[in-house]
Amino acid sequence: MIDPDNLKYTRDHEWIALEGEVGTIGITDFAQKELGDIVFVELMQAGTVVTAGKEMGTVESVKAVSEVYSPVNGTLEESNGDLSSKPELINQDPYGRGWMVRVRLSDPAQVARLMDQSSYEAYLKQEASGQ
Amino acid sequence: MERSEKLLFEIGSPGRVGIHLPECPEEPDGDLGIPAQYLRTEIEGFPELSEVDVVRHFTRLSRWNTAVDLGMYPLGSCTMKYNPKMHESLARLPGFAETHPLQPETTAPGCLRLMHELEKDLCAISGMDHFTLAPSAGAQGEFVGMSMIRAYLSERGDARRVVLIPDSAHGTNPASARLAGYEVETVPSSPNGTIDTKALRGCMGPDVAALMLTNPNTLGVFENRIVEVLGIVHGAGGLVYQDGANMNALLGKVRPGDTGIDVLHLNLHKTFSTPHGGGGPGAGPVGVRSVLEPYLPVPRVVHGTEGWRLEEGYPKSIGRVHAFHGNFGVLLRAYVYIRSLGAEGLRQVGEQAVLNARYLRKRLSGDFEPAVTSDMLHEVVFSDHSFHDLGVTTLDIAKRLLDFGFHPPTIYFPLTVAGALMMEPTECESRQELDAFVDAMLQIRHEAEHEPQILKSAPHRTPVRRLDEVAAARRPRLRWRSPTA
Repeated sequence: MIDPDNLKYTRDHEWIALEGEVGTIGITDFAQKELGDIVFVELMQAGTVVTAGKEMGTVESVKAVSEVYSPVNGTLEESNGDLSSKPELINQDPYGRGWMVRVRLSDPAQVARLMDQSSYEAYLKQEASGQ
Repeated sequence: MERSEKLLFEIGSPGRVGIHLPECPEEPDGDLGIPAQYLRTEIEGFPELSEVDVVRHFTRLSRWNTAVDLGMYPLGSCTMKYNPKMHESLARLPGFAETHPLQPETTAPGCLRLMHELEKDLCAISGMDHFTLAPSAGAQGEFVGMSMIRAYLSERGDARRVVLIPDSAHGTNPASARLAGYEVETVPSSPNGTIDTKALRGCMGPDVAALMLTNPNTLGVFENRIVEVLGIVHGAGGLVYQDGANMNALLGKVRPGDTGIDVLHLNLHKTFSTPHGGGGPGAGPVGVRSVLEPYLPVPRVVHGTEGWRLEEGYPKSIGRVHAFHGNFGVLLRAYVYIRSLGAEGLRQVGEQAVLNARYLRKRLSGDFEPAVTSDMLHEVVFSDHSFHDLGVTTLDIAKRLLDFGFHPPTIYFPLTVAGALMMEPTECESRQELDAFVDAMLQIRHEAEHEPQILKSAPHRTPVRRLDEVAAARRPRLRWRSPTA
């Protein structure tokens, strides 16, 4: 369903896969590992207008509650209903069945400004050395 | 040794009773005022027990408990200090203990005077102009403080939308600001854990109502650019709220009011040694500068020609925030603490708390990695970074500490530190107790290197072993159900 070569990443560890004007969004493998076992997911309702860099949901793990930020501007079309009963899907399959929302982008060109896979990996290395 | 304790529902037997009551001389007749569908004569599975059943059950459970009366409780940012027993005996004086919140206030002048004097003492300690004692915890204090800021700005026709909060803040800060109707924006910290003033300047604007600041911050580091921070926020027309959860470090050294802080809450159950008591009751008094005084909650204690009384006639007040007069028993204990220590005693509390935390840092730094290199005050945060290659995590370290009889430190907070272990020993611990804690931590480091499986399966000496926290969070079982129901 999701083509890994097509993913773009944010500095807050969300990914987005764009198909036409609709982007599928989730959190990265790095993010789910940092959070640990996820026990609860709360996402905004379909129809909500989301803004790049602003909260669009929260994930709760045994360690902490974290906000999930929208990578783009747009309108939320659908959220992954399976996550309410199976939040562990994010740990098991962050780029597949653990997807979180689909957003209809108001400006699809925004995606081009996000990191591609190699820049995201470089960003993770840089973050790790800064710790 | 693993132990278990049956529930009261599981140890009873039909017909067993604790207290034999005399027969009821006549059945009550007529309408009790309770609709018939809510009346019942039987409760399915209701436990029937003798007195000794109940006493033994709860006494056994109490022996599984951990408490500051049993040992060091270094829960960072919680200031789990010892609660002197003198507070308890004074709180039990009949003049206090037998006072009823509904008796005429003129018959309890001593209680009102004590509240007034506590307000004055908190003003003297913090440098604020006025205090309300009503809020029952730090988070409620934050909400009250932010509500007063909102009322003040609205009245000036300057309703602003945004509250700025550093990324290292206590989680209650953003929640309180949101409840008070604000949008929250996060200000990043600089590498030494203090506010990044450059980033703060970038965030500041005409829509920012306030900055919420914890000082010293959650890494225990004093915001040494506090005057510059206040200048930036005040210069753009905003107010500054200080979360006083970490006030223990500043006692007798820094008065937040003197630095220009507009609103401050104090946690009496932290800094002023009242019991945390399983989450409550606490007290989170809020201090304000004079400009915010008209907005303080009601009722307020005043002294007039007829003596001490409670006054509600403040038209700009944000209103009542607590039933009756706050958690009076907690206020009383804090008053006793302040008066028995005096100014010099409180200064020593702050100094000793900082000395104890720095001693822990000094002794542990070779084996655990401090989160920041800058000087900290009352608490020290380590990361589990140097344990990664050993496959050991902060959770394993915390669980193993239980085997040595220590309550673990705060873990995985602040979020800005990976695998944080946040320790606050308080001033109450002796050198011997601190050394015993350090020895346990060094033993854990040794085990991580040589026998990590001991840590992965810890704790071993507690009534129950490692609990399945994931299952407990995903599928919580919060009530007992009769197996026959």
